[in-house]
Order: sequence, then C-alpha cells, then structure tokens
Amino acid sequence: METQPNPRPPGSSGPQSATADADRPPETNGGPPAPRIVEPPPGAPPPQPAADERVRTLSTFHRVMGRPESASIAGAVLVFVVFALSAGDSGMFALDGVMNWSTVSAYLGIVATGACLLMIAGEFDLSLGSMIGFTGMMAAIPPLFFGWPVWLSMILALACALLIGWVNGTLVVKTGLPSFIVTLGFLFILRGLTLALSIIFANRTIVSGIGDLAAQDPVVRFLFSGTFANELFTWAGKHGWIATLDDGRPLVRGIPKVILWWAFIAIASSYRLTHTRFGNWIFAVGGDPNAAKNVGVPVRRVKVSLFMFTALCAWLFAMLQICDVGSAAADRGLQKEFEAIIAAVIGGTLLTGGYGSVVGATFGALIFGVVQIGITYTNVNSDWFRVFLGGMLLVAVLFNNQVRKRVTEAR
Amino acid sequence: MAPNPNSEFILELDNVSKYFGSVIALRDVTVRLRRGEVHCLLGDNGAGKSTLIKILAGCHRPTQGTFKVDGEPVALQSPCDALDRGIATVYQDLALVPLMSVARNFFMGREPTRRVGGILRLFNREQAAEISSAKLADMGIKVRDPEQAVGTMSGGERQCLAIARAIHFGARVLILDEPTAALGVRQSANVLRIISRAREKGISVIFITHNVHHAYPVGDSFTLLNRGRSMGTFRKTEIARDQVLDMMAGGLEMQKLMAEFGVRV
Repeated sequence: METQPNPRPPGSSGPQSATADADRPPETNGGPPAPRIVEPPPGAPPPQPAADERVRTLSTFHRVMGRPESASIAGAVLVFVVFALSAGDSGMFALDGVMNWSTVSAYLGIVATGACLLMIAGEFDLSLGSMIGFTGMMAAIPPLFFGWPVWLSMILALACALLIGWVNGTLVVKTGLPSFIVTLGFLFILRGLTLALSIIFANRTIVSGIGDLAAQDPVVRFLFSGTFANELFTWAGKHGWIATLDDGRPLVRGIPKVILWWAFIAIASSYRLTHTRFGNWIFAVGGDPNAAKNVGVPVRRVKVSLFMFTALCAWLFAMLQICDVGSAAADRGLQKEFEAIIAAVIGGTLLTGGYGSVVGATFGALIFGVVQIGITYTNVNSDWFRVFLGGMLLVAVLFNNQVRKRVTEAR
Repeated sequence: MAPNPNSEFILELDNVSKYFGSVIALRDVTVRLRRGEVHCLLGDNGAGKSTLIKILAGCHRPTQGTFKVDGEPVALQSPCDALDRGIATVYQDLALVPLMSVARNFFMGREPTRRVGGILRLFNREQAAEISSAKLADMGIKVRDPEQAVGTMSGGERQCLAIARAIHFGARVLILDEPTAALGVRQSANVLRIISRAREKGISVIFITHNVHHAYPVGDSFTLLNRGRSMGTFRKTEIARDQVLDMMAGGLEMQKLMAEFGVRV
C-alpha cells in the first residue's frame, strides 16, 4: 500500500519532467502536484501489499471497549455490585425482588428495542409513550362498553398502531422533516385523542375490568396474561426451594409473560440487526442515507418499517400492561418515549444514527429497572432516582461521543 | 447484454447536447471510449463534466444526439439501467458509510446471504469479510481488518474501496468522478495505480478530473471540455501534457497570472 516516495532530483532529465518543471504553474487549479505512477514492467506480477507498519495491535480491552454495548454491560455490572453491597440483604435479590425489577426492565426493554432500531436508522419516535396509552385504551373500551371480543379489539388496536407508525414514517421520509417534529406532533395528537375518545365513549379516563375479560379469552390469556412456568414454580415451592405463602403456594407464581416477550423481542431484533440484510440496511440508512440510496438500499422502506415496528412495540407494551394491571388509563406510557431513548443511549446507540446495538439497549433497560426498583430497597429516598438517571444519561452520551470520534476520525 | 465484440467502442456519445431550460449544459459533445482504455475527461469547473457523467450514468437523458453502448443506441432510464449494462459510477461522495465496517460497506445493498434451516435468510458475514479483503488485496490494498470501520481509512483507501466494489459488482465501464480531488500526493498516486490496475483487468475507465498532472500519466486518450463544448479528443501519442494544459480553461489564465506575478514562464 505504500507508494514509492519517487524523489525527483533537481535537473533530472527525461522529456516529461524537463518540460513539467519549467511550465507547470504553481498550484494548477488548486490541485495537488503530480504524482507519478511507476509502471511495473509488462508481465511482472502485481506488487504484493506489504504489511502495514502503521498498524499496532490493539489490546483486547480496547477492542472490547470499541463495541457499542460494552459500556452498558459494564454499567449494569457496576449497578449490580452497588446494589449487592448496599441492599444485598434486603430481599432485592430474592426471587420476588428479582421478578420485581426484571418486570420493570422488561416493559421498558420492549419499547427500548424498537426505539433503538429506529435510532440506529437515524430517526426518533417521540409518540411512543402516547401510543402506549392510545392502544391500551383502544383495546380496552370496545370489549367493556360495546361487548367486542378482546382479541378483536386488540387486533384493531394493532392495526391502528401500525397505521399511525406508517403515517409517522411516511411523513418523515416524504417531507424530509426531522422526525423529532413530526413525532412530537403525534405525541400530542395521540395523547389528546386518548383523552377525548375515552371521555366520548366511556365518559371516564380510567377503565377497569379489562384484565378479567382478557383472562377469559384463551388466546389473549396465553399471550399476555399472568405468568409462565407456573408448574415449575409450584413444584419448586413444594420442595421448599423457593419462598412460599402460608397455604403452600409459591410466593412467585411464575415468570411474568412480559419477561418472555422482552427476551423474544430483544433476541429476534438483535439477530435481525447484526445477521440479516435488513440489519445491514438499518446501519446504512442511519449512517448515510444518501450513500445507502446510491447503492440501492430502499431507504424509505427501511425507515417506515422501523417506525411501524416501534409502534408495534408500544402496542405490545400496552397489551401486556392492561392484562397485567387490569385497567387502561389515558395517562399510561407517559414519558416512556424518553425512557426508551435513554435506555438505547445508555446502551451505546448514537443519537445521530448509524451505530448501536440491541444488546446495549437491553442492558440499558436492565440498568433502568434495577435502579428504579433497587433504590426502594435501600435507605436512599427514591426521589433521587431521576437524578441518577439523568447523570447516567450524560455519562453515557459523553462516552458514546468518544466512541464515535474514535471510529470516524481515526486515520 | 452480450458485449458486441465488433464495436471498437464500448461507450459512445455522438454529438450529444443537453439543455436545462435556457441553459446549454452540453453542445455537440462527442466522446468515444475504447475497450480497455483510460479515457480522461478534462475540464475546469462549469465545463459540463458533471452533466456528461450524469448522462453516462443514466441520471439524465441527452436532449439531442445518441448514446451507444457496445455500438447499439440505448436510452438509459435510470442509474440501475446503467448498472445492468455494466456501467458503474463512483461519485465523489463514494457512497460509503464511515461508521460501518469495510465488509458491510463493500456489500451494502447487495449483501450475500445464506440459508439457515431452509427458512431464515441470513447475511453471510464471513463470506462478506473474505470477499472484500480478497478484492481489496487484489487491488493492492491491504485491509487491516475487514471489520474495521471505513471511518478509520484514509481518503485514498476509501476511493480504492469504492472502485474495488464497483469492479466486483460487474463493472465493465468505470466512471470515476474526480477521484483524486481531495487527496494528497501519495494517495493520488495510489488511486492512479488502482486505475491502471483496473485497465489491466480489461475494464474501460472514464476518469474525470481537472488536474492534468493526474490525468496525463494514466490516460490513454483525453477529451477536453470547455464551457459545454468539446475541444477535441486526443490520443496520448498525439499530444503533450503542456498542450493539454494550455487547452484547458485555466491554462492560459494561469500563464497570464504568472506573468502578472512576474514569474518567468
């Protein structure tokens, strides 16, 4: 790769250099001076590239730290160590405590996955939180007030979510407006619609009873309600391996389904991002949409489908929540859009797109849940949670900035 | 498209004109690209180089005149049409994403896939890394690691990556838009060497530049553009570098300028 320095001694002969020296104006058209090609003799094998002397081997530590998710994994470890030391004996790491914070992490993790993929593609969806409230209400009101089957209203809510995601995405890619503004519009539109429509149809902003209806529908119950692996937990309780209530039933009846959904969404999305063509397109679209377009990546289709996927994640969040809590409310999902973005950023995703990982966002969500719930197990007032969160976000952004500089500016 | 071996020229523009409203971007320009030659298009800013590239790349259609590929008149509808005929254009922005790895950039939009379990179609990352390293080594570029981000490469290496990519995806004709414009001396030399390497592989190259010193060493023939008109095509044997320089807009001006500054010409 190294070129010959090609020194030209003063007064060197040869037809080219003699005339060139005399007549070449300084800085022709601002271009650099002429490089010479040393033509290899005909028939000679092409020169083999020599080993690059300007490469040094990076330590494993440096290479690991160059990955987007490493900071959040390190952060998660740190958070666990801190809480193990300060609240280790408080029951936070007992089975019910673990379920407690992992459920919180799981809810956030689902929407953070959607937000993360969209951010890697270079866009935001600020309407995500309002979408949670909207789809939850849309799924709850028809069965309670018009006698619809729950599955039907859930499918209608899904269709609506996908449609709004499509509208969001199409507006962004067609107009070229920042997604920040377009989805900020939908943040208010959807929140307002949720309030207005729930007053019109139900005359209240909190509708209860949907949890029981959902539990009666076998398909909905199988997908969203209650817990998983109950038999295993009962069996373990009988043997005294896990804590039980007075009547012998286990304290924790099973794994909440939201955790399974989180695992499924995160693993599938991570695989999709790193191991498929579409994943490569997500990086390309976020890294440089123009370049992506020029090599034939369907930029618009990628972005719109990710807006729809984010809406789907919000819908899934809402369905799990109404089945778990048993009610829908117009203020559900408030600020979830920011929490999802925070989880993605803590996970190493760049705000400017083109870089990030679902694994990182997953650990970002885990940190979030552990701290939010863990702080109640310590002596620290839980009011400090947001302070910690903001600080964590700033540290993550500063760190990510360094990573980007290293990747894009190193020569 | 089976190449027609009877035609001496792989690309021909015959008396092509292009108007944008009242603006005459090109008038009666004739450019003929022989098989396996490096044909330099020289011209100062505003000479019509960009318009000419866009016609060759399928972005614009000529207002008048004919465009022939392998001796057959064609009407390219889009850049994809041009690509299908083996005409690949490497623009100045290179269409590379700095945050992505060499292998991912190399195959961006055309990722190799493998089937897993008959249903899942996955991006074959091993194959992508292997091919991209091999193709770059073929061009004399040693990639430290196909997983390294393109952002860590120098401008010259990026240019070579973009050229190697175009060749790998079946380019018979490479159109290079000012590939040395932003490069230093060494890196320019590297890119010129890659152009020469491409010619050895039998690829025809249109090399657009405003720098005679870059064009002359590697070019086989030269077409000079000035204010939308062609000032003629010359084989390397017919013309000396300084004549080329003088014919280009700017050559005369630079001499005047030097006279003004009291530099002995």
